[in-house]
Amino acid sequence: MQPFTTVTGPAAPLLRPNIDTDVIIRVERLVGTAKAEMGAHAFEIWRRRPDGSEDPDFVLNRAPYRDAPILLAGSNFGCGSSREGAVWALAGAGVRAVIAPSFSDIFANNALQNGLLPVVLPEASVSAIAAEVERSPGNARVTVDLERCVVVSPSGDEHPFAVDAARREALLAGLDDIGLTLRQADAIAAWQTEDRSRRPWAWPT
Amino acid sequence: MAETRPRTLFDKIWDSHVVERLPDGTCLLYIDRHLVHEVTSPQAFEGLRMAGRQVRRPDATFAVADHNVPTSDRSAGIAEPESRIQVETLEKNVAEFGVPYFPLLDARQGIVHIVGPEQGISQPGMTIVCGDSHTSTHGALGALAFGIGTSEVEHVLATQTLLQKPAKNMLVRVDGALPLGCTAKDIILAIIGRIGTAGGTGHVIEYAGEAIRALDMAGRMTICNMSIEGGARAGLIAPDETTFAYIKGRPHAPKGEAWDRAVAWWKSLPSDEGASYDTTIVINAPDIVPLVTWGTSPEDVVPVTGAVPDPANESSEARRAAKQRMLDYMGLTPGQRMQDIAVDVVFIGSCTNGRIEDIRAAAAVAKGRKVVSGVRAMVVPGSGLVKEAAEAEGLDKVLIEAGFEWREAGCSMCLGMNPDQLKPGQRCASTSNRNFEGRQGPGGRTHLMSPAMAAAAAVTGRLTDVRELAR
Repeated sequence: MQPFTTVTGPAAPLLRPNIDTDVIIRVERLVGTAKAEMGAHAFEIWRRRPDGSEDPDFVLNRAPYRDAPILLAGSNFGCGSSREGAVWALAGAGVRAVIAPSFSDIFANNALQNGLLPVVLPEASVSAIAAEVERSPGNARVTVDLERCVVVSPSGDEHPFAVDAARREALLAGLDDIGLTLRQADAIAAWQTEDRSRRPWAWPT
Repeated sequence: MAETRPRTLFDKIWDSHVVERLPDGTCLLYIDRHLVHEVTSPQAFEGLRMAGRQVRRPDATFAVADHNVPTSDRSAGIAEPESRIQVETLEKNVAEFGVPYFPLLDARQGIVHIVGPEQGISQPGMTIVCGDSHTSTHGALGALAFGIGTSEVEHVLATQTLLQKPAKNMLVRVDGALPLGCTAKDIILAIIGRIGTAGGTGHVIEYAGEAIRALDMAGRMTICNMSIEGGARAGLIAPDETTFAYIKGRPHAPKGEAWDRAVAWWKSLPSDEGASYDTTIVINAPDIVPLVTWGTSPEDVVPVTGAVPDPANESSEARRAAKQRMLDYMGLTPGQRMQDIAVDVVFIGSCTNGRIEDIRAAAAVAKGRKVVSGVRAMVVPGSGLVKEAAEAEGLDKVLIEAGFEWREAGCSMCLGMNPDQLKPGQRCASTSNRNFEGRQGPGGRTHLMSPAMAAAAAVTGRLTDVRELAR
């Protein structure tokens, strides 16, 4: 997993609430598309018009947001399906962090597995950062600093955010969950032995 | 040390599955059952292969293809190349890793969330995961069941555990009796309409109260299935005699002495008297009416007897803009009567409403009536066994006679991954779970409702109050 320490760059304002995973990546793209190629299809139902051409009004089709590493979004971002393709598509499109007032639980977990940071800030902070960005779209830079757990707005305002300690350490070091869990192999085996006598019916023979 | 604090059903299942607790509260949680399907598993198996890892508990893992399988005749194989490759990949993976699998032509094949309970794989008190958000369905049996992403699928395959933070407890109590003409689908739409699509975020919802107790297992599964549409990763209903009667005798259910021990354990699971919840919602069942959605979020619920809401009544400019955007997408105007909205397609099926009870409800409305000319109406059983049961009851004949298509089991038009898709602008009365933009096909417009209401829409050609047809 790619470590996450600090990311600085343009932040694309996409402040709609309830942006769902069907919108982030169309279901048919989950089949036959390599992880690394999914970025080309991120938000395609909004990015492209029915004839396949780019919709110039969509924020991610406009400079400087086209390759923005940070997304500013509305509440309940990533709701809907559990498809991790939504995260792969965002990561493939170069997004490293999404800042929103809330995230769906499954999306947030998937993001953390891929070094993409879901940053929860109050709605007023997200709106304030977006307003700053929109005042000087060409130059505005936002920083997401996981070491200090702050978002720095273009004018230098600092917005602290919280992240679970274990998740933060894994992200900073780029550690893979499976490797960490396998260190607990003895504890898992012990739990299994105990459970087998406690709930024998739950163990297929 | 004995636990004395009163605990919820969720607390009990969680506590009994913690292998390790980290200082920040994250737990290594043991997973009893892992259900696998063709769409979210290929990269997980590939990850195992690349790391030289095995599946830790193939005996606790079950695989079936459902998401993009065709629902037309499959005896000659799958015509769609991408769908065929996914199913073949799954078959290769389950063979290599020794995972039990129900092949496409096996009667036990079907939607993973129909198959798990049907086979007795899903049982009370278990932790159950699957790379699909509607895994919440299995919570109807009193299991902690939730959807996971592909990285977590790989994690469970390799370790039979997951790193998780405990959720908060939400109680949704549905008091009183449900009126005639209303179903479990109307209950859950009413709940989502009340709490909103993010209302349950960070929570596990326990559904309780007289109206929930009175439901059969199919209805309970419909309710728990859509917990995720209310933002909750899992929904739960305390196991009771209805649950035990449903499980008994199923292929993977405990038998003999093991059954008695299991039931004794299951009876200890319901929430203790005085257990506390972080959030409590009370719904009065007698107030529930047949509901439909009008927008592109499952929280956009109105009575079928109502009208399309006016964005002008929204509290903020952002909300007005969001609602107007939905109306534009849905091709609706404020104040339009819901029952004047004509439909092009009717879809009855999905993990929400693809069980035999749902097909019976649809057939009861369809019997002696005809699907309106120009409307395409399809019924997709949730599993091969549901299909067989329906055919044994003659429901297929009733539906075919009325002009419905009678298809093979799978997820079908719920998510439009196989050829069962809406065309741009087409409007669908659907028993599925999501009305998102493009969910049932690019540009498609979805109205969610119960199976009886969807069947009523098929025979009238418009959204219809099923209670009117019954008169």
